[in-house]
Amino acid sequence: MGMTLAEKIISMKIGRIPSPGEIVVLPVDAAMAQDGTAPLMIKSFEGMDAKKVWDGSKAIFVIDHISPSSNEGTSALHKMMRDFAKRHGVVLYDVGEGICHQLLPEKGHVFPGGVVVGADSHTCTHGAFAAFSTGIGSTDMAAVFASGKLWFRVPETLKINITGWMPGNVMSKDAALYAIGEVGADGATYMSVEFTGEAVSRMSIDSRMAMTNMAVEMGGKTGLIASDGVTREYLEGRIKVPFLEISADHGAHYADVLEVEAGKLEPMLSCPHQVDNVKPVSEIGDVPVDQVFIGSCTNGRLEDLEAAARVLKGKKVKARTIVMPASRETYLAALQSGIIEILVRSGCVVGVPGCGPCVGGHHGVPSPGDVVVSTTNRNFKGRMGCADSSIYLASPLTAAYCALNGKITVPE
Amino acid sequence: METLKGKVWKFGDDVSTDLIIPGKYKFKTIDLGELSRHVMEGADPQFASRVSKGDIIVAGKNFGCGSSREQAPLVIKHAGVSAVVAKSFARIFYRNSFNVGLPLVECPDLYENVETGDVIEVRLLEGRVESMGKAFYFKPIPGFLMTILQDGGLVEHYKKRGSFVWEEPIKSQ
Repeated sequence: MGMTLAEKIISMKIGRIPSPGEIVVLPVDAAMAQDGTAPLMIKSFEGMDAKKVWDGSKAIFVIDHISPSSNEGTSALHKMMRDFAKRHGVVLYDVGEGICHQLLPEKGHVFPGGVVVGADSHTCTHGAFAAFSTGIGSTDMAAVFASGKLWFRVPETLKINITGWMPGNVMSKDAALYAIGEVGADGATYMSVEFTGEAVSRMSIDSRMAMTNMAVEMGGKTGLIASDGVTREYLEGRIKVPFLEISADHGAHYADVLEVEAGKLEPMLSCPHQVDNVKPVSEIGDVPVDQVFIGSCTNGRLEDLEAAARVLKGKKVKARTIVMPASRETYLAALQSGIIEILVRSGCVVGVPGCGPCVGGHHGVPSPGDVVVSTTNRNFKGRMGCADSSIYLASPLTAAYCALNGKITVPE
Repeated sequence: METLKGKVWKFGDDVSTDLIIPGKYKFKTIDLGELSRHVMEGADPQFASRVSKGDIIVAGKNFGCGSSREQAPLVIKHAGVSAVVAKSFARIFYRNSFNVGLPLVECPDLYENVETGDVIEVRLLEGRVESMGKAFYFKPIPGFLMTILQDGGLVEHYKKRGSFVWEEPIKSQ
């Protein structure tokens, strides 16, 4: 019997065919903690009396969540990370470098067949590169920093097969939101979510990452996509190990399959206050929008900023619009291609590469009663720092149209 | 640790880590005394001031969904809650809870049969919850997680043994 993509990557590590439900111990190729989770990781690591980090070149800290720091308490936690990184030879990406889930692939830490753990729930993003990649907590991360290994339950797999190609006003984010609406916020709990089909093969790396990023919003342990020519093109020159094309076997066993016809998709919104409360934008009606955020580990990449710039070129936004490139590399590329100038001239605020308003920790916090349209991945009550605001999740294209008109708008 | 008796606080489905401990607090400090003042604030602002030592949270499906923040099970434990019994848990929250020494029990049948204020008894090793003389059963906690729990969480576990339980061969669930 064939293996799913998750089973295949695990089998490459343990040298035999794993079965779903089994507990396996895997060596880790990259282990990342960010400023929301690293301080507790350090506390646990030191509490364990662990003496040294197993391999500093595979251990990574990213300061992206409250970046730059907005208060003394956070600054002290950032310093704690810098000191630990220096003492133990941990790779550190400091303020302004970008969001962890953009930096890991950009800087060559992620490769097909690798095992990646991150003390951040959206670590499932790296499955876009056929890496087995999942979020863990701080103490699990301390165990990885101490030993280089961790236990995992071999997941069952939900296959999401997207056939055909999407209409011009639909982005991969819409496909992900549609799937979450169908599967539900816990429909894929403990499972690997494998995205397949013609639409996925034709998607750019940016589009693929937006989908695997959202796998955790249906409960998934990881989102996975086979590695191919598109993956190779992105990773070449970044990774230090040989590139592998890895895909699921024919005849692999899937716990469930969701078939999606890309041609029938339309722009979607995840409505307040649950990610799986998904509706077509066309059904929402005239809802005034106070704030728009375009950015995050879901949709802060070059393709996303480009989509917004196409809509906003030569026009003025009617809602407060905050844009944050996902990384310094993204920022520079958007500067050089004129995207940043278009956005700034249209009235957008362009901020430092980082998580920004998504986590509600420092800036861009909405006011009570505000309606926010955001390209991020969570709209839980209070997520952006104000429990009395409403957050709609959208594609960058939809978000840009909402910014332009100051109300919820179906993109053309 | 093996038998926990306490007063129930009942919550619904999809209680996210943002409701358990809003992100705006967790970036400023890792002091649990300070953070625990906001435990469950998003779901019930009264909870932090009313919860007593030994109380048990009962919840619907997907408890602890959302971010990987370990502060979520930590503040629940620090507030004195002895266990969480839910229909199901989000996976990162599940791992984190055992790592910090907070027992979790997946017992879907209990939910409709208890209300806030009821007293229940959770028998971890037997896989049984008792409420008002009725018994509800759950799949016992895997042995290696029970070991971590009995050691008082993963930090104490490693400190005590100098290795992790999973570095020895683990029997599947």
